Amino acid sequence: MTSLHQRKADLSKEEVKRYSRHVIMPEVGMEGQRRLKASSVLLIGTGGLGSPLALYLAAAGIGRIGLVDYDLVDFTNLQRQVIHGVSTVGLSKLESAEARMLDLNPDIEVVKYNEPLMSENALRIFGEDWDVVIDGTDNFPTRYLVNDACVKLGIPNVYGSIFRFEGQLSVFHADEGPCYRCMFPEPPPPGLVPSCAEGGVLGILPGTIGTMQATEAIKLLLGIGDPMIGRMMLYDALEMSFQTIRVRKDPACPVCGIAAEEIQLIDYEQFCGMPAHDHSEFSSVDEADELDIKSVTVHDVRAALENGDDVLVIDVRDPHEWDISVIDGTLKIPKPDIQLAKNGIQGGRRLWEETILKDIPKDKTLYLHCRSGVRSADSIAFLSEIGYDLEKMYNVEGGILAWADEIDPAMPKY
Amino acid sequence: MAKIRIPTPLRAYTDGESNIEVAGDTVAEALGDLVAQHPDLRAHLFQDDQLRNFVNIFIGDEDIRFLQGLETEINSDDSLRIIPSIAGGNPPISIGGKQIADEEAPR
Repeated sequence: MTSLHQRKADLSKEEVKRYSRHVIMPEVGMEGQRRLKASSVLLIGTGGLGSPLALYLAAAGIGRIGLVDYDLVDFTNLQRQVIHGVSTVGLSKLESAEARMLDLNPDIEVVKYNEPLMSENALRIFGEDWDVVIDGTDNFPTRYLVNDACVKLGIPNVYGSIFRFEGQLSVFHADEGPCYRCMFPEPPPPGLVPSCAEGGVLGILPGTIGTMQATEAIKLLLGIGDPMIGRMMLYDALEMSFQTIRVRKDPACPVCGIAAEEIQLIDYEQFCGMPAHDHSEFSSVDEADELDIKSVTVHDVRAALENGDDVLVIDVRDPHEWDISVIDGTLKIPKPDIQLAKNGIQGGRRLWEETILKDIPKDKTLYLHCRSGVRSADSIAFLSEIGYDLEKMYNVEGGILAWADEIDPAMPKY
Repeated sequence: MAKIRIPTPLRAYTDGESNIEVAGDTVAEALGDLVAQHPDLRAHLFQDDQLRNFVNIFIGDEDIRFLQGLETEINSDDSLRIIPSIAGGNPPISIGGKQIADEEAPR
């Protein structure tokens, strides 16, 4: 195995001291450490896998480390995302991670990409001179995107993935072996994955897999040892078993089997049938168009509110619209918040009870309204995608404008 | 009898069992015995009678796609593995608790 680049950077006296446990090993030595300092590694995600990756690669003296993430630190992250802390809950994960990395090693450079990785920005970000990309994402659409962009640009992709007590590790470097698609040509359909009762992850597991990814990255950069190209390691924490299987290059692979310039980045959310990130516009039911959504009139809404029927009326307009007019007795949740929560649940990043949707019971009849009836229909479609019963949700025809016309003439219209 | 190792995401359909002994002289027969023992698994592994193309079956460290596929012969001491496609800390989930494939989501 030869190293990925021959660049070397000078080390200060202080740095030689900092890295002395590396430098005294012949496999690294001064030359290897200077090479690490001249190296660049891009981390996709600063979550469970990204935390140990960022910490150890910073400590090891990788000169330039890129971070791609758009999320904020959440309290529930701290069970496994050890680069963050109570003091950074609510802050950007990038800021939180950068501060910790530079505290650990001020001699490195941290490059931040505060955006969700998408087909539109992947080639720009990946093209900014990275020796290695490390996939620490948590969803299928982004994994396929990372793979395809790496194959196109010829960058090795250090892959790690986790689920409950199991982990997988490999290096997909299409120039020398198979890619992710050779092993997993397409993702499982969203309907064929376990329910939330089977979700979750042992908090230590991303530490185990993430540190092994970091190890593979260092090996690639130094050109030492046997990298996991063409192999996948399967780890089971409960059995404490490690098994390595062979991953072969598929000559008919739709990505690494064709010329790099012919590789097109596609709509990976469409490909996987699920949103890649919480801010995604993706909807597997194409909004409300394909659904048979029931409706009620504003008179039904008034009757339900006056009779104290067991109905929850939800106003999905934006907060500034609530200042203009409002129907008393409604629950107010803007449509974008419903979509955000839906995406988080569908993408496996949030449990239902961790989202704003916990305020919307699943067994109750729901009347949803907006200004005129379009956003509320979309909201019903979103809720139906994540298990709410379409038979129990009703769109309020004409929205609050109809209410102003037919029920409360004093209400301002806008 | 040969053994098949069941990955975590599929253990919900095998009563939590992780290693299951199966009868059969080929991969197809072994998988047939597996889904006979645990019928809930069938929809996860097969579509009609074809192995779903995101399901990876290995004998030892080798992918059956590079052997003779479902017709690959097996010995009684072989270990088969189903290698799951996993994406991250949580799987995509359905809060409706839908079990399986009546409802493969539209693509």
